[in-house]
Amino acid sequence: MARVVVDVMLKPEILDPQGQAVQRALPRLGFDGISDVRQGKRFELEVDGPVDDAALARIHELAETFLANTVIENFTVKVEEAVEPAVGAEK
Amino acid sequence: MTARIGVVTFPGSLDDRDTQRAIRLAGAEPVALWHKDKDLKQVDAVVLPGGFSYGDYLRAGAISRFSPVMETLIDQAKAGLPVLGICNGFQVLTEAHLLPGAMLGNDHLHFICRDQKLRVENTETAWTLDYEAGQEIHIPLKNMDGRYVADSYTLDQLEAEGRVVFRYVDFNPNGSLRDIAGITNAAGNVVGLMPHPEHAVESLIGTGRTDGLPFFTSILKKLVAAS
Repeated sequence: MARVVVDVMLKPEILDPQGQAVQRALPRLGFDGISDVRQGKRFELEVDGPVDDAALARIHELAETFLANTVIENFTVKVEEAVEPAVGAEK
Repeated sequence: MTARIGVVTFPGSLDDRDTQRAIRLAGAEPVALWHKDKDLKQVDAVVLPGGFSYGDYLRAGAISRFSPVMETLIDQAKAGLPVLGICNGFQVLTEAHLLPGAMLGNDHLHFICRDQKLRVENTETAWTLDYEAGQEIHIPLKNMDGRYVADSYTLDQLEAEGRVVFRYVDFNPNGSLRDIAGITNAAGNVVGLMPHPEHAVESLIGTGRTDGLPFFTSILKKLVAAS
């Protein structure tokens, strides 16, 4: 098993009021020096079998057609890690 | 024989019954369509109603757009079937790329519900024949994700081709670019808007006006003229 991570972000030119609301709250919470916040989505896909070029191509298609709306969003696909079941983990 | 107008029910649709009622009041026959059913039952037009299909999960309309009924609907809309998307229905149409641009959360981050003033800027579409160009109407608006966005090129193209069908007047309730409340495709058979004409069809309730009724009389007139 391997984990593939798809990160989806609004395109830079699209207004992100949620990110702005987070950014505006920061000084009040004592976190200074952060001039901008953009909020996005992260999808963690647990993939059966090898993550070869064919599997990545399918995931790219999945991200492009469904996870992201490319009219307003950009996305990245990356293979994160091999996920081994923890020792002693129950089935 | 009168026109038969389908209304799709998705899991989470709210205004499907109101829409059926509006169709009936206009003199056409409403036909219930089910999201899992590819069969459009040979209807003459389809309305995608308001609501929160699939809980707006992922993005509003993003999951509904892949439902079986949409497979057929997308093909037929491209072939000329009149389709109206109201609120969530508009979101489904942009997600399905039958209409350009996309819908995002209101810029003020709150749900909004109000009687909204609109200007009708295109009276050539299948759904707006019975309005006068420039007519100002009041119909209810209620949404969370009503902010219409598209890139500048697309917006300029929509303006140049007269495809901005409705614009918010006096108050922009959600941060929609260029005050856009509703648009049409190039052929004029597919129209989407955020406000709810089906909630303004009887003088007894709602705004006390029937400013939404011409949507449904327009399509009836269009279909009767074609038959």
